[in-house]
Amino acid sequence: MTQNPNSLVEIHNMAFSRGSHVIYENISLSIPKGKVTAIMGPSGIGKTTLLKLIAGQLTPDQGKVLFDGTDVHQCSRSQLFALRKRMSMLFQSGALFTDINVFDNVAFALREHSGLPEDIIRHIVLMKLEAVGLRGAAKLMPSELSGGMQRRAALARAIALEPEIILYDEPFAGQDPISMGVLVKLIRELSDTLNLTSVVVSHDVEEVLGIADYVYVLADKRIIAHGTPEELRAADNPQLKQFIGGEPDGPVPFHYPAADYKKELLSGLD
Amino acid sequence: MGLINQIAKLGRGAIDLVVGLGQAGMMLWGAIAHRPRFRKGTPLLIRQLYVIGVQSMVIILVSGLFIGMVLALQGYNILVGFGTEESLGPMVALSLLRELGPVVSALLFAGRAGSALTAELGLMKSTEQLSSLEMMAIDPLRQIIAPRFWAGVISLPLLALMFTAIGIYGGHIVGVEWKGIDSGAFWSILQSSVEWRQDIVNCIIKSSLFAVVVTWIALYRGYHVVPNPEGISRATTQTVVQSSLAVLTLDFLLTAMMFGS
Repeated sequence: MTQNPNSLVEIHNMAFSRGSHVIYENISLSIPKGKVTAIMGPSGIGKTTLLKLIAGQLTPDQGKVLFDGTDVHQCSRSQLFALRKRMSMLFQSGALFTDINVFDNVAFALREHSGLPEDIIRHIVLMKLEAVGLRGAAKLMPSELSGGMQRRAALARAIALEPEIILYDEPFAGQDPISMGVLVKLIRELSDTLNLTSVVVSHDVEEVLGIADYVYVLADKRIIAHGTPEELRAADNPQLKQFIGGEPDGPVPFHYPAADYKKELLSGLD
Repeated sequence: MGLINQIAKLGRGAIDLVVGLGQAGMMLWGAIAHRPRFRKGTPLLIRQLYVIGVQSMVIILVSGLFIGMVLALQGYNILVGFGTEESLGPMVALSLLRELGPVVSALLFAGRAGSALTAELGLMKSTEQLSSLEMMAIDPLRQIIAPRFWAGVISLPLLALMFTAIGIYGGHIVGVEWKGIDSGAFWSILQSSVEWRQDIVNCIIKSSLFAVVVTWIALYRGYHVVPNPEGISRATTQTVVQSSLAVLTLDFLLTAMMFGS
């Protein structure tokens, strides 16, 4: 399968299900190099699953995921690990190793893979921590950090090996306005200054439309819309409008499917 | 329909069991079937030996002391009726070496270290630490599972020997210091009736096998946990229940092979 030279990741006709529960029917998308691509959609739609499929932690039922021309799911384990050294993922929980301090967390992958001497690793770690504003917190344990700081520390760890792509899993979930602003700024800056490709999975509409270059919207097991943030704001697809406007009722109903209300009230106990 | 459902349930149970055994086998194979990496592996192993082995010592030593003392007291009361209280030494030592040492220390180990391993791994899985290792191109089986497995397998036989040793000392306290059995008789009869191959080597074999079973169950339950608080608490309970049952069943089989004929 050939790949568009401008895109780093391409997904072709992918289907995925967990047991009998279908998550994706047939989705195709491409993630351009050096840009911030956002994937939005309601909760529980399998946005995190999409990142795990790209990273090769899950295998699709059909279709392909190409990373820089390589089919991620045809790789041997060692090829996959070689690919993963070029990618990085920021987990929703941060996923810092709780038994070692912030400095060692950031240094972890470097010590494991780079083979660099400890004094150079120290410089790299301090530079990464400085970039996220946590150089002063290097000696703290993850449990001593606030949620926003944990995510920033995890971001420093994610960029330690200088990946080509970062997959952000719900980076804004549960953040206060200030740390949200910090994360938005960091994601944009990293993408621009390091020419990183970023994939942001989120349902925080305003933040995402603010930083993304291109947006895919997932719902009903498929991609219902894609385009630049301006194009999406202007679109008149009712499902998309409901999502972007945050309207309580619409194509996605307020009520969980139920029997007729009056009939149920009048029917008494069975 | 009821009957069909019952049969289907039975079949599903059997399939789940086989799948579980397969998963557990794959996990262990993935963890230990590699060329050892001494430079990276040794510090990880030493840390786990401390967490799993050294931190279980208090419960093992205290329990061993008291079990030895109780055993000696009950044994003394029976033996003194036949005027054979000098045989208290071998009675205590053989009970401990052949059965109580390996079995009780394995049960305590399942409760102390096994449940802790399951909870720790469950927490690592539910906070995505295992996934993030994979994303860093580090194999969690080699980094996390392998050192814990070896630490368990090394620790438990040593703990069982400590349990036995301090249990015999407990027997000495009750028999000799309290009930006044002659110290020389206690030790010399004990020494002449305990055999190296039959008793001590079998004790080590038993507790090594228990170590493999308990550590394996604990790691499997933690590694394949349903990643939420309810799943972790259930997995921790399952670890203790299943490894205790496995130890007791295996003990009967081993005893039958070692001492049956």
